[in-house]
Amino acid sequence: MDYFLTDEQREIRDLARQIAQEKIAPVAMEYDEKGEFAWEIVEILAKSDLCGVYIDEKYGGLGGGVFDLCLVTEELSKACGGIALSIAATGLGIFPVILSGSEEQKEKYLPDIASGKKLAAFAITEADAGSDVASMQTTAKKEGDYYILNGTKQWITNAGEAEIYTVIAMTDKSKGPRGASAFIVEKDFPGLSFGKKENKMGIRSSATREVIFEDCKVPKENLFGGEGRGFMVAMKNFDHSRPGVGAQALGIAQGALDKAVQYSKERKQFGKTISSFQGIQFMLADMATEIEAARALIYFVAKAIDSGQKGFSKESAMSKLFASDVAMRVTVDAVQILGGYGYMKEYPVEKMMRDAKVTQIYEGTNQIQRNIIAQALIKEAASKK
Amino acid sequence: MGNSLFVFAEQKEGKFKKVAYEALSLARNLADELGSEVEASIIGNQVRSLAEELKDYGADRINVVDDPSLKNCPPDLYKNILAQQIKESESRIVLLGSTALGADLAPKIGAELGASVATDCISAELQENRLTVLRSVYVSKAIARVSLENEPAILTLRTNVLPINKKEGKGEIIKKEPGDGLPDPKVVMKEIIKSSQGKKDIEEADIIVAGGRGLKSQENFALLEELASLMGAAVGASRSVVDAGWRSHDDQVGQTGKTVSPNLYIVCGISGSIQHLAGMSSSKYIVAINKDPDAPIFKIADYGIVGDLFEVVPRLTEEVKKIIA
Amino acid sequence: MKIVVCVKDVPDTESNIRIASDGKGIDPESVTTVLNPYDEFAVEEALRTKEVKGGDVTAITVGPKSSEKVLRACFGLGVDNGILLKYENFTNDPFVTASVLASYLKNNPFDILLFGKKGADLNNGQTGLMVAEMLGTPSVSSIIKLEISDSSAVCHREAEGNQETYEVSLPAVFTAEKGLNEPRYPSLKLKMQAKKKEIQEIEAEEISPKTNIVSMEYPPKRPEGKVFEDSPDAVNKLVEMLHNEAKVF
Repeated sequence: MDYFLTDEQREIRDLARQIAQEKIAPVAMEYDEKGEFAWEIVEILAKSDLCGVYIDEKYGGLGGGVFDLCLVTEELSKACGGIALSIAATGLGIFPVILSGSEEQKEKYLPDIASGKKLAAFAITEADAGSDVASMQTTAKKEGDYYILNGTKQWITNAGEAEIYTVIAMTDKSKGPRGASAFIVEKDFPGLSFGKKENKMGIRSSATREVIFEDCKVPKENLFGGEGRGFMVAMKNFDHSRPGVGAQALGIAQGALDKAVQYSKERKQFGKTISSFQGIQFMLADMATEIEAARALIYFVAKAIDSGQKGFSKESAMSKLFASDVAMRVTVDAVQILGGYGYMKEYPVEKMMRDAKVTQIYEGTNQIQRNIIAQALIKEAASKK
Repeated sequence: MGNSLFVFAEQKEGKFKKVAYEALSLARNLADELGSEVEASIIGNQVRSLAEELKDYGADRINVVDDPSLKNCPPDLYKNILAQQIKESESRIVLLGSTALGADLAPKIGAELGASVATDCISAELQENRLTVLRSVYVSKAIARVSLENEPAILTLRTNVLPINKKEGKGEIIKKEPGDGLPDPKVVMKEIIKSSQGKKDIEEADIIVAGGRGLKSQENFALLEELASLMGAAVGASRSVVDAGWRSHDDQVGQTGKTVSPNLYIVCGISGSIQHLAGMSSSKYIVAINKDPDAPIFKIADYGIVGDLFEVVPRLTEEVKKIIA
Repeated sequence: MKIVVCVKDVPDTESNIRIASDGKGIDPESVTTVLNPYDEFAVEEALRTKEVKGGDVTAITVGPKSSEKVLRACFGLGVDNGILLKYENFTNDPFVTASVLASYLKNNPFDILLFGKKGADLNNGQTGLMVAEMLGTPSVSSIIKLEISDSSAVCHREAEGNQETYEVSLPAVFTAEKGLNEPRYPSLKLKMQAKKKEIQEIEAEEISPKTNIVSMEYPPKRPEGKVFEDSPDAVNKLVEMLHNEAKVF
């Protein structure tokens, strides 16, 4: 089906697809097993200019937006949801610069991201501050021309591999949520270190680590806007990045469906291919329908964001919520369709199921997404009166 | 223009290439049609004793150039010698095999002599005194009939396609010196590492057993090698297993590998991409074994079993063992 | 270093072709065209040589105006210059192609000239070596490795299982075989800039071809095969058929 892509978007999608099939798919299982970061793939993506599809041409990108990043993320995730994160999580880490950064900050940091020379990461979560971000403990104290950061962020995607970090820290605890500020932190700033790489259920080729601040010196120019804007920066960022998580989930789901269909055509039981059994057909049909619905929702939200529409938080949350729940259902069903083989690591679907789970958890759990959606509905109803 | 047909009787390691016999047989037929003679050319080191045999396949004159400098078939040396001989004989039609060497020589000699050149031909005939050939084009999706407008006309012929006929010629053996075939100082062969001794040239094989990704690992090719050795067959490979480093590029059958026309092509665990088909679709009989009933290979197979090759191939090997016994 | 690579567009090997109504060629509407797969290796080698030795890479193609498309594809890979030797009634005869190229290259010297070993359309494999011969330039065909120094090159050639190493003085012509390198993916930025990049157009002199395609046909259709499910006697059945019908055993 044609999704009315521009010629440029078609080229972006086709190139991402080609690289995913030719370069990522053959090595996905190996990287998953070893839990290693696929720098060789990042290099290929960088050389093809796929790292900067969402960054303005003025800073060396292709001048696209959220939708273009979703196209790339979806295609790469069909081959491996973990490897796709190197680009997708960089988007999450650098969007604050695009959305809330000063011209100086954009000129300084965007070109290296667009060229794929550097990766980025977004650091907000802490051990005791997940959904409850307002209870975060990392502090940032102004001292002369610097802010001194202290604290530990947990489960940060791309941590240790990325050069650029957007960090949310409390500049004034007494003000509660309005006391948080956002900073750009570079890997080699003094006082920054990383914890060990986490041993995860899925997306194992993505690097997840603690980010540790011990009197970390951050120049005051690296503050986003004024003090107290931290949560605004974070929320605005999530609104723009949620379709991307949806796209990752969508890619994983599509990859799983493709494997399930192929397998059902080959597997014979009771003298017939299992694809001829209505039970399997119904499962495949439901999987495909949900995937298509997720796709339509994500594409529409992404396009709406790029076209400058205001007030898309609710729909953005929906796109992430729906696609990730679909990915979980589809990958579980894919394992079921492959039966015993589906359970074996030799076959690719168990990895897809393990990969899909995190999409329901990070960048705001699906419970938080439901909160956001419900609160928006209630607010809308109140204003209609 | 003189009145002879010229055949490059290519030899490798002291044995004629199969296509050399095929080319000679074709030359003999065309020569009889035209009332001409057939001149064959042997070049190499210690190849004198090969000359006699060519009389049986229709050669009237057999040029032999025998020199140590020609041991490793450096293309430039061969080109100079052949071009000289062809000029001297003023032949109208020149035939070579579509081998690595033939493919290198034909265009170079063609440019030097201002000849018409057609490569990898699967047939050749005279139509109103003009030579027309058939060639497989567009990844074996079409066959082109090509007319050669000029003389001399130089053809390279695909191996294993044209018949070999025994028909006697005059068989006069002429010893020739390398002569003007001095090494071109601009291209120097520094080293040659030969392929393993006795390895069957896949293009010459009558039976080929080919395997692809369905074999799952390099080690599993032993299954096919066992079957192949029982039948005196060569083992072929699809592009993906060559790219994966499991098999050598020599054995690759397909668009970016070799084109083969064996009598029997048994293909296991290869789905049958267009590019692979291009390399083997002219096989006389094709037997496919694949677990996917929709695999494209079944569309061109003469016989096929939809099943697990790990179960079918060993049983096939057993049956063949019984037949041989 | 002046690096030149000769390229052409061929039908995508995946697509099905349709023979034209005049029966002399294929219907161009029935296919999408791509850079000839063997030319991809040649272009990649040209780009790598530039990265190592400096200089620039020029891609040349022969054909009507529409052949520009392949030059734009080369720009997307990083080629610096593109030249169209415009030939309206181009029939793809290797001698004509070679003559047109040689005629241009005679007056436009190069250090290295690269070709793909053959075209995936007509399978001729003649043009590169003919050009070399016409220019009196040394050549090595079907190379799988190339190392360039300032005035010479060492290359490896694969010939039916033998690995041959040659040394040749520059300028020289090479035809590329699969395995020479791993071609890069296009860069999206270069692809977009390619749309506006200038292509030098030179009118080529028409020459009589030395071969002509008189007609084109589909290959004879194979009779429907006997394909059956695996079963305890499947192999016996197969061997029997091979023995009695095909008479291969």
